[in-house]
Amino acid sequence: MSDEVNLNRRQFLTKASAAVAGIAIAPGMLLFDFAHGRPLGEPASSTVRWGMLIDTTQCETGCNECVSACSKENGWPEARTSTDVQWIRKVDLKQLSTGRQSSLPMMCQHCAEPPCVDVCPTNASFKRADGIVLVDKHRCIGCRYCMMACPYKARSFVHEPVLDHDSDMPRGKGTVESCTLCVHRVDKGGTPACVEACAKAGHRAILFGDLNDPNSEIYLRIRSVTTSQLRADLGLNPGISFVGL
Amino acid sequence: MRIVLFILLLAITSAWAGSLAPKLDIGRGGQCVDDPKFMRKNHMKMIVHQRDDTMRLGIRGGKYSLAECVNCHASKKDDNVLGSSEHFCQGCHEYAAVKPDCFECHSSKRKAVAEAAK
Repeated sequence: MSDEVNLNRRQFLTKASAAVAGIAIAPGMLLFDFAHGRPLGEPASSTVRWGMLIDTTQCETGCNECVSACSKENGWPEARTSTDVQWIRKVDLKQLSTGRQSSLPMMCQHCAEPPCVDVCPTNASFKRADGIVLVDKHRCIGCRYCMMACPYKARSFVHEPVLDHDSDMPRGKGTVESCTLCVHRVDKGGTPACVEACAKAGHRAILFGDLNDPNSEIYLRIRSVTTSQLRADLGLNPGISFVGL
Repeated sequence: MRIVLFILLLAITSAWAGSLAPKLDIGRGGQCVDDPKFMRKNHMKMIVHQRDDTMRLGIRGGKYSLAECVNCHASKKDDNVLGSSEHFCQGCHEYAAVKPDCFECHSSKRKAVAEAAK
């Protein structure tokens, strides 16, 4: 009985190694990179800078998939009024002279020089080593200076008690919050929920990756097409760039 | 005579305290991440330390984790650490007359259950 099990295991290993060899283009190099998070116990590294490239020509007017995916993933109810929590929203643009219309998702731009971090009196608002701008709700006193400082109107204040808590994304009344770039997924080697939802809806308007990694798709694309940052004149160097604005 | 009285008093009070001690539903229980005696006294320091490491530095998978406390100690009946004086967190905090702030924001439910409700 045990021989049979071992034989099967051996067969499996042989086949598996053959399969791996098939996609290896040179020793130590694979054609496909497997999704890998940072090893457990290791802090976020400043050699990485997470960012996004949003292709507004692929973003469909009226499509709200990224917003509802974010809402579901992070447990915030979809906004009814302008004071409600909103981590990501769809913005429709129209050029008055030509009538050209475009649509794009707006969220925290994860600036390299974030003004929300500059103004925070308790150091609750901070930029992680890998460029993700977060609110440490343990320290947030709900003063909302960061909301005033943010030129992108990306942050919201939780006015109402949170009843159904999400185990990955703790939220509470009296604190400010915004897009976390789905930090809990990124740390495991995943991609943000909005990126996944956009691809699932067949639009592929959002590209997520490491802006510092010369082999990443986002790095190569930013160097081959014209991109722009929102309010680049402010010199904040956002981690989110746009195509077709 | 005084010593005998003192010992008697001590025995009575400890027996009395013992009868008032919370009867907790420890959930799955089993081996804790550290000595239960140590955890009883220091769990708050451990999870605060880990919280700062995880939140601000991004260190994941540390030894102490609030989510793992809940995963082990949530009642088997309703998968929660809060709800009554028998529930693990609420029962002991009521007895010690301290208010845990964790669950103002964090989920008090076992992770699989919280995720299924999503």
